[in-house]
Amino acid sequence: MKLITTIIKPFKLDDVREALSEIGIQGATVTEVKGFGRQKGHTEMYRGAEYSVDFLPKIKIEVAVKDDLLESAIEAITGAAKTGHIGDGKIFVSDLLQSIRIRTGESGDDAL
Amino acid sequence: MDTFYFLICGALVMWMAAGFAMLEAGLVRTKNTTEILTKNVALFAIACTMYLVCGYNFMYDGGLFLSGVTTVAGMDDAAIQAVLDASIESGFGDMGEYAGASDFFFQVVFVATAMSIVSGAVAERMKLWAFLLFAVVMTGFIYPIEGGWTWGGKSVFGLYELSYSDYAGSGIVHLAGAAAALAGVLLLGPRKGKYQESGAVKAIPGANLPLATLGTFILWMGWFGFNGGSTLKLGGIGVANEVANVFLNTNAAAAGGLIAAMITARLLFGKTDLTMCLNGALAGLVAITAEPADPTPLLSTFIGAIGGVIVVFSIVTLDKLRIDDPVGAISVHGTVGVFGIFAVLLSDSDATFMGQLIGMLTIFGWVFGTSLIAWIAIKAVMGIRVSAEEEEEGLDIIDCGMEAYPEFVNQ
Repeated sequence: MKLITTIIKPFKLDDVREALSEIGIQGATVTEVKGFGRQKGHTEMYRGAEYSVDFLPKIKIEVAVKDDLLESAIEAITGAAKTGHIGDGKIFVSDLLQSIRIRTGESGDDAL
Repeated sequence: MDTFYFLICGALVMWMAAGFAMLEAGLVRTKNTTEILTKNVALFAIACTMYLVCGYNFMYDGGLFLSGVTTVAGMDDAAIQAVLDASIESGFGDMGEYAGASDFFFQVVFVATAMSIVSGAVAERMKLWAFLLFAVVMTGFIYPIEGGWTWGGKSVFGLYELSYSDYAGSGIVHLAGAAAALAGVLLLGPRKGKYQESGAVKAIPGANLPLATLGTFILWMGWFGFNGGSTLKLGGIGVANEVANVFLNTNAAAAGGLIAAMITARLLFGKTDLTMCLNGALAGLVAITAEPADPTPLLSTFIGAIGGVIVVFSIVTLDKLRIDDPVGAISVHGTVGVFGIFAVLLSDSDATFMGQLIGMLTIFGWVFGTSLIAWIAIKAVMGIRVSAEEEEEGLDIIDCGMEAYPEFVNQ
């Protein structure tokens, strides 16, 4: 099992969710986050004075997948979230030791 | 009829308190919203009470606790008949025939307007109770005494009399409020983080621009009462036409001010700053307030537009001088108020430059001077500024113990 953590542009959330559903992934957790990367921040004007926005709003999606679905999940996310411009986000993959469905007590791949 | 008109206009001006409250709540940060709203409702109540207790007496000799104002209880049938006879004899002529109580009501909402101007400028860092104490002094003494010299027709400490023309109070109300605010801001200092060591100005964006926009529209509407009511009379063909002119010109000036400020901000900053548009509309209104009856509609639009340009430059200049005014009150009401006083000369041949200048200096000197003394006294007794930590925390929790938006997580 793998845990995919991906950071994307907020307006791409619906596209990514649909792409994940299409390849049979049945659940994900979404968080509104802020951060900085190579895109850095930018400055805005307010009443003639500048202020800087150092952290940009992003969406973080966490999704646990079976090993054989990993590659297609990554493809789905990349395809849906890509605009080609700076700030499209990142995908991190880590090993997942265990998963348990609380209602039934199923574990491992069955719980995904 | 004039009484009815007075009361309706007074109610419109009262509603400007709501406009100021919304405008200020929109332009501060969320953590100071409850406190600025508390200030706005409390200052209105204090203004009404202090003007009743002694302010009206200083301005129009209405007696302490309004003892000199004729009320229903003091008017028997014969007295009513006498008023009626007098008004018929004069053919419902020059002077408005209105109840004494309606005059008080109309005047008292102006006091509250002047005081509202102060609350925005000192926002986000002043102690609530220091502000309220100042409101007592301002609305009970400073403003009424100044109003007595101008609209009240009294001589300045018996020294000289003003020949100063100010229809609805560009100077008497707006410049006075701004002068008191300026004195407070100079003593108070800027908000933490506004001006950096390096000399850069760091913007502190307002939390809720929809509220600020609503507030501006409410003020715009209330201004019809502010200027329109200052005709003091509706009964009569000539005067009804004058009232119509005042409404028309007031509206034209606000529109001109907004458009001019919008274009100025776009040219200066490269972006169309909404808050500057809002300040521009108010600047147009302040500019026309000193003489809304005589100018042509086109001239009114230009007077408003010049106000709109001035306000943008004034706001930027005050920031350069490190005078921190979160809502732009000093620029809108002070700088443009001064312009409004002299804009009278464009259309009113009775006004003189020297008369306007001396009136302006008298108002500013008196209000600024006495306000500074009052602020210094309050600072000595209880302090006027919250601690740096309390400022970080936000005045909502410190002063009021509650947040305006408790369901949002604060940053």
